[in-house]
Amino acid sequence: MSVMTIVQAITNALDIKLGEDKSVVVYGEDTGREGGVFRVTEGLQKKYGSERVFDSPLAESAIVGAGLGMALSGLRPVVELQFDGFTYPAFNQIISNVSRMHNRSRGMYKVPMVIRFPYGGGINALEHHSESPEALYAHIPGLKVVIPSTPHDAKGLMIAAIESNDPVIFMEPKRIYRAIKQEVADDKFSIPIGKAKVLTEGNDVTVVAFGTMIRECQKAIVMAKEAGISVELIDLRTIYPIDKETIAESIKKTGRIVIVAEAPESFSVGAEIMAIANEEAFLYLEAPPKRVMGFDTIVPLAKGEHMYIITPERIFYEIERTVKF
Amino acid sequence: MIFNKFDPQEDKIFRIIDNEGKVLNSELMPELDDQTVVKAYKSMLFARVADEMAVSFQRQGRMYTYPPILGQEAIQIAAGMIIREDDWLVPAFREVGTMLAKGVLLKEIFLYYLGNEQGSNFTKANHVLPICIPIGSQLLHATGIGYSIKYQKKDEVVFPFIGDGGTSEGDFSEALNFAAVWKVPVIFTIQNNQYAISVPVKSQTKSVNLAVKAIAFGLPGIKVDGNDFFAMYAAYKEASDYARAGNGPVLIEALTYRKGAHTTSDDPSKYRTKEEEQEWAKTDPLIRLKKYMDKKGIWKENEEELTEAYKLEIDSQFTEAENFAPYQLEDIFDYMYEEKPDILEKQKKDYERFQQWKENRK
Repeated sequence: MSVMTIVQAITNALDIKLGEDKSVVVYGEDTGREGGVFRVTEGLQKKYGSERVFDSPLAESAIVGAGLGMALSGLRPVVELQFDGFTYPAFNQIISNVSRMHNRSRGMYKVPMVIRFPYGGGINALEHHSESPEALYAHIPGLKVVIPSTPHDAKGLMIAAIESNDPVIFMEPKRIYRAIKQEVADDKFSIPIGKAKVLTEGNDVTVVAFGTMIRECQKAIVMAKEAGISVELIDLRTIYPIDKETIAESIKKTGRIVIVAEAPESFSVGAEIMAIANEEAFLYLEAPPKRVMGFDTIVPLAKGEHMYIITPERIFYEIERTVKF
Repeated sequence: MIFNKFDPQEDKIFRIIDNEGKVLNSELMPELDDQTVVKAYKSMLFARVADEMAVSFQRQGRMYTYPPILGQEAIQIAAGMIIREDDWLVPAFREVGTMLAKGVLLKEIFLYYLGNEQGSNFTKANHVLPICIPIGSQLLHATGIGYSIKYQKKDEVVFPFIGDGGTSEGDFSEALNFAAVWKVPVIFTIQNNQYAISVPVKSQTKSVNLAVKAIAFGLPGIKVDGNDFFAMYAAYKEASDYARAGNGPVLIEALTYRKGAHTTSDDPSKYRTKEEEQEWAKTDPLIRLKKYMDKKGIWKENEEELTEAYKLEIDSQFTEAENFAPYQLEDIFDYMYEEKPDILEKQKKDYERFQQWKENRK
């Protein structure tokens, strides 16, 4: 066991896979010599050489499109897009080709490819550096979308993502990249894609969150406990395929659900979870499902961001309202 | 080197035979024996007959939208003769000739245009990607495959195709740039057939030609008469030797003319004149090669009989495609993922429940 941050856990997962599988290559903008702007690939070029860990020219569509070509011809590329808001130039490649090649070729070609990027706000960044586009990717047939919230999960899910023969969008919670430290097993392990995790058991209300918002929810739960409310917290971990069963089972127990996420509320993962609540646990609901999510706005720049970013207090406020409904 | 002799910056064009089949540059004539030339002509003829029949099947309402290759056969058959079993073909969607040469079955091509994805699961062809409809995006896949080849130290070359319109897409520039920086074995072909649906190439670029775009990216580019089989063959031969030797990518602009429509849904009379079509008709690649063979006295077959035999063969492949197993509900769901999510299984079951209800209702 070693104490790791999320960044170190992902580096460790990449290190393990680069070490054991010659077909794994890692590249993107600044991922080689510099080790990425967040240092996720730090030290890997030195260890594995510049044929396997390298800097590409600056073009997101090409990073992803070329990665698809590599995946079709025997490699397992793990490509980095520098920020959430810079993934859009690659959108056409992701939607029109990466997600479809397996289906288009009726399984003749597999796409063992990971597209990873940091996401989310709360770091006082410039425009385009604070976005949470998980719903955009989760909506695309053919993709799997993963968001870890802890170092342990980041490592296990990254190893599973690299070993998957389906393309995986791996979104990393940049705000807590280094904020959480945890004991993580040094050996290789993987966490199955598609399985949520019940972090805290409780009886009064189910809270579903993922990524950055898990830590905020955990703080809200402490406040709720003081107010005499027992919260069951679910970490989604995989956005698609979404673990309907774990969500529905929990609602059947608590009768209430609050969904917490940073992305704009309308047409969001939160909306999907509300649909699950209605379809799978309608008769168990004792209060309307509630979303605590971003506004349907652009994430404000630093001076306004504190009002956009969801705080534990705001989560507690909505938990209490839902329980008292 | 041919590439050095025809500088695209001076808008030079590489050509070996003229419209009458007369050899203009005998010193650049590729070494091909008569039998091979005859065989190339027959492949071009087969591709043309298959293409014309595909259009006719569509007109009869037996097939869906199809993009004809009529007039572009020399490029595609020349490429097909150079491309090896282990080389990669990355088509756009107007490369039936090269696909056939690479071992894709005609019945598979028909099956695709009959509306079944199974037609893109090539059972006999090695290293061919399915056709790629989002314009230009396929070039990046070729560049990535090139990286794999170099990294795995394989003796393979990638042959991606694009049209003149596609050169305006960002992915075109990105693919050339990445391929040059990575120095990977990719031979980019632009089939410049003069039109992107209705938009003429002069409205597509202010560059003097399309081959010249290679220069800024630091790779060799050449403009070739795409309706001259020998020039195309020689250009591909040199490009392939160059890329295979580890020198990196090359760009070939093949100047041609789309004699047919963009697809069977398009009507070219809306945007081009009969006079223009007649002018280009003089450059037809089959007529030119035939004239060359006649001059040399190497064509001894009866073209009409040959065409009839091809028609029978093509018709039988089309019938096979028409009789392919009917599309099943699971065909929609089973290929989206290698590891299928339960959600898809549930959606399929919901539809089956509806089907059952519909059945019982009768």
